[in-house]
This record gives sequence, structure tokens and C-alpha cells, in this order.
Amino acid sequence: MVAKGRPEPPMGLLRRLDAGARAGFPAFFTAFLIILAAVPVGAPGLMAAVSLPGIFFWTIFRPAAMPAPVVFLLGLLQDLLSFTVLGSGVLTLLIVHGLALRWRDILVRQSFLATWLIFCAFAAGAAGLGWALEMLLGWHIAPAAPGLHQFGIAVGLYPALAWALTRLHTAMRRAEAAL
Amino acid sequence: MIRLSIPLRQALGRLSLPVLIAAAFGAMLLGKADALLIERARMVLADALSPIWGAVQQPVSAVRNTVLEAEELWNLRGENVRLMEENERLRRWQATALALEAENALLRRQLSWVPDPAPQYRTARVVADAGGTYARAVLLAAGPQHNVRKGQIALDERGFAGRVTEVGSRSARVLLATDINSRIPVTLEGSRARAIMTGNNSARPRLQHWPEGITPRDGDRVVTSAQAGAFPAGLPVGVVRWSESGAAEVELFAQLDRLDVLRLFDFGLSGILPPEAVARPEPRPPGRR
Repeated sequence: MVAKGRPEPPMGLLRRLDAGARAGFPAFFTAFLIILAAVPVGAPGLMAAVSLPGIFFWTIFRPAAMPAPVVFLLGLLQDLLSFTVLGSGVLTLLIVHGLALRWRDILVRQSFLATWLIFCAFAAGAAGLGWALEMLLGWHIAPAAPGLHQFGIAVGLYPALAWALTRLHTAMRRAEAAL
Repeated sequence: MIRLSIPLRQALGRLSLPVLIAAAFGAMLLGKADALLIERARMVLADALSPIWGAVQQPVSAVRNTVLEAEELWNLRGENVRLMEENERLRRWQATALALEAENALLRRQLSWVPDPAPQYRTARVVADAGGTYARAVLLAAGPQHNVRKGQIALDERGFAGRVTEVGSRSARVLLATDINSRIPVTLEGSRARAIMTGNNSARPRLQHWPEGITPRDGDRVVTSAQAGAFPAGLPVGVVRWSESGAAEVELFAQLDRLDVLRLFDFGLSGILPPEAVARPEPRPPGRR
């Protein structure tokens, strides 16, 4: 054992591991969802639609675990995996993260339904920005339908994802309160 | 861990978002300036993840197949009537085909015709969607010692599906015929007229640039054309359909929404690919920039 002979008691190490897992969970879970979204299920735009709710939710409810550099890396992962123009996903997610962080004080007090409606506006903005960047960087007229699909999937996924994430978040807070 | 004073840390925290947004623009520039580097990074990532996708894809495709089967069960009666009718029609075609085959064999014997060798192919499993929101592409898992090359032509069991555009050490990306960047030279079998099949991200690519005086007929078979040296002639692509808005479209034979396995044919043709893609030695030595 490496920990043997250290001044810390084993409980401290476990506790630190526990805290580390809690701090790292939002980023790793979102990355996991992005990777999983690449499996072909016949829904183009799924990957962008999966990363957006994750980043929106964690930015509002656990901003310390979803700082801007992590959002940048998640956006990079999404852009590289989805073979889209590099930087478009990064920029979209960073802007969503920045706005959600700025309005966090208001957003965190809203009911579930209101948060969902606000998320709809964010998803529409993200889809629009993604569409504009695709046209600008790809230098061609992109059809609007895939962007609308992406918006629809993101809006439809949010309640299910947020429900699961809220449960996890409450469990994490209970664990933190017990310390 | 470097210990920073609290004001400094706060200032850094406030600065990180603008700096990272600038970095995002930098990434866009980098993606435009050095497309090769980005492509390599993408394929390295895809190579690393393709075993995971391969493992996840199996239960997912099992669920999809179950759903499709349930749909088929639901439509069983209507489908049966259609198949019986089709079978009747095909029986007549079979008689015609057998007569033509015999006649063809006779004529070939008289001409001492040398047939084209049957092209070699290998199969690869589709493990991931590699298109994002605005592109239609799939990622194939190839074995570690694969000989998949850029420009190879991918067919599913029915017809033309797409072309290999990026190759990694364990995976390859196939740009589908429906992608907005896809341009396929085709021949209309009825009139032997040439045209270009242009992808538009929808299920049916458009038909463009057919010669004046010829109108593609609804139901005309579309096959690949050897023009431009990118494709061998005569691979089955689809059937012409006129849309309600009055555009000529191609209903593809390949079922691009449910691709499981693709056949990769190597016809030794490398037309249309950008010059650097052809000049670059392949397979690429690992670790070299």
C-alpha cells in the first residue's frame, strides 16, 4: 500500500477520494454522455443536444465542478468526435456557460418548469449560433432542419436528464452535509 | 499546487472565460489553417474510442432491431400482400432474366469476351455516427492491420453508401452520399445521360446538371459513372423520384438510416480527392507530425 506510513489516517484519504469523485463527476459524466451519443441511433445532432443540458445544469447548480476550462475541453471533445468545424461547439458551450453563470442567481431560484423554459431559449440560441457558425466556417448555405432537430432533441432530453441529475445533485449535497 | 492569493485567484477566474472564448476563435483558425493536424487528432481520438463504441453499439443495435421487428410484425398483413404481388412480378422477371442470361452467354462465347475480374472487398462494422449536426458520416471499426485507404467506396448490401474520407489506425470515416458535401457523378440508366448527385443532408440527394434535352424519368435507375475517375461505372445507386416541389431526387438503394456493416471496395481509383490526400504516403507513420 502506498498510503501506509503516511501521517494521515485512512479515513482522510477516503474522504478526499470521495470529495474528488464528487468534484469530478459532472465533467466526467458529461464527457461520458458525449462519447455515448456517438453510437448511431439514427438521430443526427444528438451529441450537441446531450452536452448542452449537462453543461447548463451543472453550471447553475454546481458551478465549482463545471469551470470554464472544463467547458472548453468538453466542447473540444464534442467538436473532435462529431467531425464538425473545430471551435463551433467550444464557442457555443462557452457562451451558454458564461450566460448561465452570469444569471445564476436568478436561475437557481426558478421552478423546474421555468428552468426548462429558459433552457429552451438557451437551446434555441445554441442551435442558431451553431447554424450560423457552420455557414460562416464551412462557407456554404447550411439547411436549417438539422439545427431544429438538435434544438428539439435538446429540449426533449432536458427534463429526463435534469431529473436524474437533480437526484444525483441532492445525494451529493446530502453527503456533503453529513461530513 | 501553486498557492495564489485570493484576489489574484478571483481575477484569474474572471479572466478565464474571455481568454477561453478567444481560444475558441483560435481553435477555429487552427482548424482552417492546419486541417491535417485536426484530422489526425480526430482519428487518434476515434481510434481510441472505437472499441468502446463497438462494445456499446451491439446492445443498441439489438434494441433497434427489436423495435424494427415489432414494427414489421405490426405491418405483417399489408407487407405479405405486397410481397405476394412482388413475387408474382419477379417470377415473370426471372423467366426473362434466365432467357437473357442464356443469350448473353451465347453471345459472349461468340465474341470471346474477357469478363472484368470481380472486385475485392472487405467488410467493416459501423460503430459510430461521425457527422455531428450538419454532416452525414459514419465511423467504421477496422482491425488493427486493416488496409482501408482513402477514396475506397463503401456499399451496403443493396447499393452505394459513400466514400472513405479519413483513415486512422483502427477506424475509418465514411462520408455518406446524403452529406451536403457529397458530389457523385452518376449515369441515368434509361437514357445513358450523365448527371451529378448532390447531397443535401436529407434522405434523398438531388440530381443536378443533366444534359439539355433530356429529362430524368421517374423510376429511372441511377448508377455510378466512371467520369472523373473516382468511381467504377455501373455501381447501383438508386432510383429517380420527382419530389412534390418539382426537384429530381434519387431514392437510394442503400438504407443509410440503418447501416450495420459496409462493404469497402478498392477499385484503385483516387480521383476528386484533394491533392495532398493522394500524395501523402499511407499508411501514415505514427507519431510524426
